[in-house]
Amino acid sequence: MIETRQITKRYGSFTAVDAISFKVEPGQVLGFLGPNGAGKSTTMKMVAGFLAPTSGSASVAGYDVQTHPLEAKRALGYLPEGAPSYGEMAVREFLGFIADVRGLRGEQRYQRIDDAVGRLHLERVLEQPIDTLSKGFKRRVGLAGAILHDPKVLILDEPTDGLDPNQKQEVRTLINSMARDKTIIISTHLLEEVHAVCSRAIIIAAGRILADATPAELEARSRYHQAVSLTATNLQQAKEALARVADIAAIEVDPQDNRITAFPKPGRAIFAAVGDALKAQGVVVRELALEAGRLDEVFRTITQGAAGQEART
Amino acid sequence: MNGTMTIFKRELHSYFATPVAYVFIVIFLLLSGAFTFYLGNFYERGQADLQPFFNFHPWLYLFLVPAVSMRLWAEERKSGTIELLLTLPVTMWQAVLGKFIAAWAFIGIALALTFPIWLTVNYLGSPDNGVIFASYLGSLMMAGAFLAIGSCLSASTRNQVVAFILTVVTCFLLLLAGFPLVLDFFHAIAPQAVVDAIAGLSFLTHFASISKGVIDLRDLIYFVLMIGVWLYATAVVIDMKKAA
Repeated sequence: MIETRQITKRYGSFTAVDAISFKVEPGQVLGFLGPNGAGKSTTMKMVAGFLAPTSGSASVAGYDVQTHPLEAKRALGYLPEGAPSYGEMAVREFLGFIADVRGLRGEQRYQRIDDAVGRLHLERVLEQPIDTLSKGFKRRVGLAGAILHDPKVLILDEPTDGLDPNQKQEVRTLINSMARDKTIIISTHLLEEVHAVCSRAIIIAAGRILADATPAELEARSRYHQAVSLTATNLQQAKEALARVADIAAIEVDPQDNRITAFPKPGRAIFAAVGDALKAQGVVVRELALEAGRLDEVFRTITQGAAGQEART
Repeated sequence: MNGTMTIFKRELHSYFATPVAYVFIVIFLLLSGAFTFYLGNFYERGQADLQPFFNFHPWLYLFLVPAVSMRLWAEERKSGTIELLLTLPVTMWQAVLGKFIAAWAFIGIALALTFPIWLTVNYLGSPDNGVIFASYLGSLMMAGAFLAIGSCLSASTRNQVVAFILTVVTCFLLLLAGFPLVLDFFHAIAPQAVVDAIAGLSFLTHFASISKGVIDLRDLIYFVLMIGVWLYATAVVIDMKKAA
């Protein structure tokens, strides 16, 4: 479990993190979203015990990070921003060092290292100095170090940054496989990642929590939620058909691919009505889809709205 | 194996995983040899002792020890590994001590590799091996004090060059405080007690008495205190940066 209470970090007059409180339970994967400089990493550093908060507190697995740092750090696996590691060490040495510091001994030590190496596919590079590895491998070495002691709590700062699409998919599968009994926080810029792994998302900007919801709830805030998009062979005919559907509030046409998007009036469902109207008019539809909502649009609306408020105050 | 030991092993190993160790050891041995034979008139003195060898150690350390200590914390800060290290379940003291002892052991190895000169004087004559042993001990203690200063100044910056320069200057002042030139100057303007106090702060004064073969508890305590205080300051600096 991870909990923060009014955790705040100030640098002089600049407030990087402003009284953030949240609680993450085992089985939850919390995604931290926010523009660069929003305070995501600073919050994670405070929870991990690397930075001391100006005020407020954080606890990991029930231990206060400031008053019981060792107990909290034992329960925690942390991947810092940029996945730093000792470049001159070979991967095997590095993981061995982490295992030793973590107090893993004998059979258990070998098992845990083998397990982490296997999960992140590091077998091929075990004897290579970390400095000579590609960005993707470095990131995976850092991840292997973070999950090495099978921690109850994981904090991963941009775990998939620098990975190719296949590797991203593997890391997401890895996080999902660990999600059942662990408490996990990840930060990311990638909204598709929120879909893929997070059961909950917090959007932060300018050090404050602007939204705290499930990915589906966030999508429901989108203008595109319950909208219907379609492409038709005859654009004009399709637009005329849609004009007959009473619950449609607006219609937009993408000038690039002539894709039509029909937005419903608040709280109405239009998918069935649109289908019927198109059929009745005999419009030939190449593609017809019900939109779930677009996270990137919600993200922009929420964070830019906040930036606008900041500028005014 | 506790945290200090684990960090010590990793650090010491990392010296030898890079060219740092070999460059340092070769330069140290070459310079100490050159000083002893050319500047120290090792042969011409006609005495079977290692005075000319040890006399140059403070000046040798002045540049070589900061070169080792500058990377202690500045490099971790620069590469971000400090975040990894300090979020592992080790205490601040284990981290500070582990890194310091590794650097000290490394300089100890370089110092130990000067043993051929000890063999040489024993071959040429019959030196007082007790004095030589005491000098080695004093030299090692002095290196430790230099290192502890460097550790603290390295923790205060992420730039290794800055750490190096700050350390050289600080150590130079501490050496200078025991130099006859400086002491004579203060002699003319200040009472004896002040002169003694300044001399008492200096590495040179304490090193000189140990290397004469007199292992005075006060000299040892001086170096131990010096190391303790500067390592404590290292931990304080890192803590301050954490809360900054």
